[in-house]
Amino acid sequence: MAQRSVELILFRQLATSLAVPVFLVDEAGDLIFLNEAAEQLLGFRFDDIDEMPFEEWTTGFRARAADGTLLPPEETPLVKAILERHPTHQQLQITGVDGVDRSLEVTAFPLEGGRGRLIGAVAMFWEQGET
Amino acid sequence: MRVTFWGTRGSIASPGPATQRYGGNTACVQVSADDGTILILDAGTGIRALGEALPRDVQRIDILLSHLHMDHIQGLGFFGPFFTPGREIHLWGPPSATLDLRARLSRYLSPPLFPVRMRDVESELELHNAPAEPTRIGAFEVAAATIIHPGPTVGYRITENGTTLAYLSDHEPALGDDSFPAAPSWTSGHDLAAGVEVLVHDGQYSEAERRERIGWGHSSTVEAAMFARQAGAKRLVCFHHDPSHDDEAVDRLVEQAAAAVAGSVLVSGAREGVSLPV
Repeated sequence: MAQRSVELILFRQLATSLAVPVFLVDEAGDLIFLNEAAEQLLGFRFDDIDEMPFEEWTTGFRARAADGTLLPPEETPLVKAILERHPTHQQLQITGVDGVDRSLEVTAFPLEGGRGRLIGAVAMFWEQGET
Repeated sequence: MRVTFWGTRGSIASPGPATQRYGGNTACVQVSADDGTILILDAGTGIRALGEALPRDVQRIDILLSHLHMDHIQGLGFFGPFFTPGREIHLWGPPSATLDLRARLSRYLSPPLFPVRMRDVESELELHNAPAEPTRIGAFEVAAATIIHPGPTVGYRITENGTTLAYLSDHEPALGDDSFPAAPSWTSGHDLAAGVEVLVHDGQYSEAERRERIGWGHSSTVEAAMFARQAGAKRLVCFHHDPSHDDEAVDRLVEQAAAAVAGSVLVSGAREGVSLPV
């Protein structure tokens, strides 16, 4: 596997020491890291899957709007961040891999490297309490 | 390809009897190709003597800066060819998200820190961002990539006729991964150093010093050896010696590095004035 960019390496290292849940994708949108807080929120351990393709995670958590309407992937914050390259904040409901429904606030933003190149995107979550 | 060390010291020049064997000048390395192409890696205080030793008929010189900390640029204003009319000098350095290379170097090469401004340099000076993609410079193919060190910093991978040298003068790969050196894909600098014949790498600290200076952007010699083994480098040259280390201390740290990789990588310490075939 090719080496990750230094920006992603350092962001992952930062995320490992944060209590706020962090979800990190590469420039293709593939999930490349979850920190422990995000593992608890999403109901699975990252080490059990290693990485998850864009097509899989974007549909895997049944993201829904605050009124319960199922959201297409392109209307979720992290997909907007990676595809449209702008930050997004949104309230969502999801269903974790453990089957638990959760209400979240999500802030997602693209990561641009030193040369202005898109290298990935990040989502940070704030849980609003189990539904 | 031949590599010659004109400055091997990190942080600040430290001349004197205690550093005579490894040298006291700060980072400067000459890489020469069989066809006469010359690259200069960093412009620490060692570049002054290199400037005097260069043949006068060399028309083009490429200086590849790893980053703009003072120990890597302090010699620029004392590099004779800089002030030789008609000499073609290409200065490459890490890109920044804000100021271009000229603006950043001008902070040093201007009063009151230096009497001569960059615009008054008499050679034909061109400045470039370190190449994001492999780029041909004379006989060499040069690739650069960002590595872990405070501020924009790159390492270089230099290839001539299938033989490769990597130069990561200031680098703390262990900062990016708690499992270092277990995961190559999460190790800063891995692709630059993969499979090289010679790796010139930061080996500033002892293990005890490293533990006290996490995040300062440097490696111990043992970490450098671990990095070299992970990357599959054949030979490691420990570089950027700490200014407080005398020759005997550097000897001991190089021995510790060699012991850590138990013969899988040939380990030595960079010595000022020494030239090696790659």
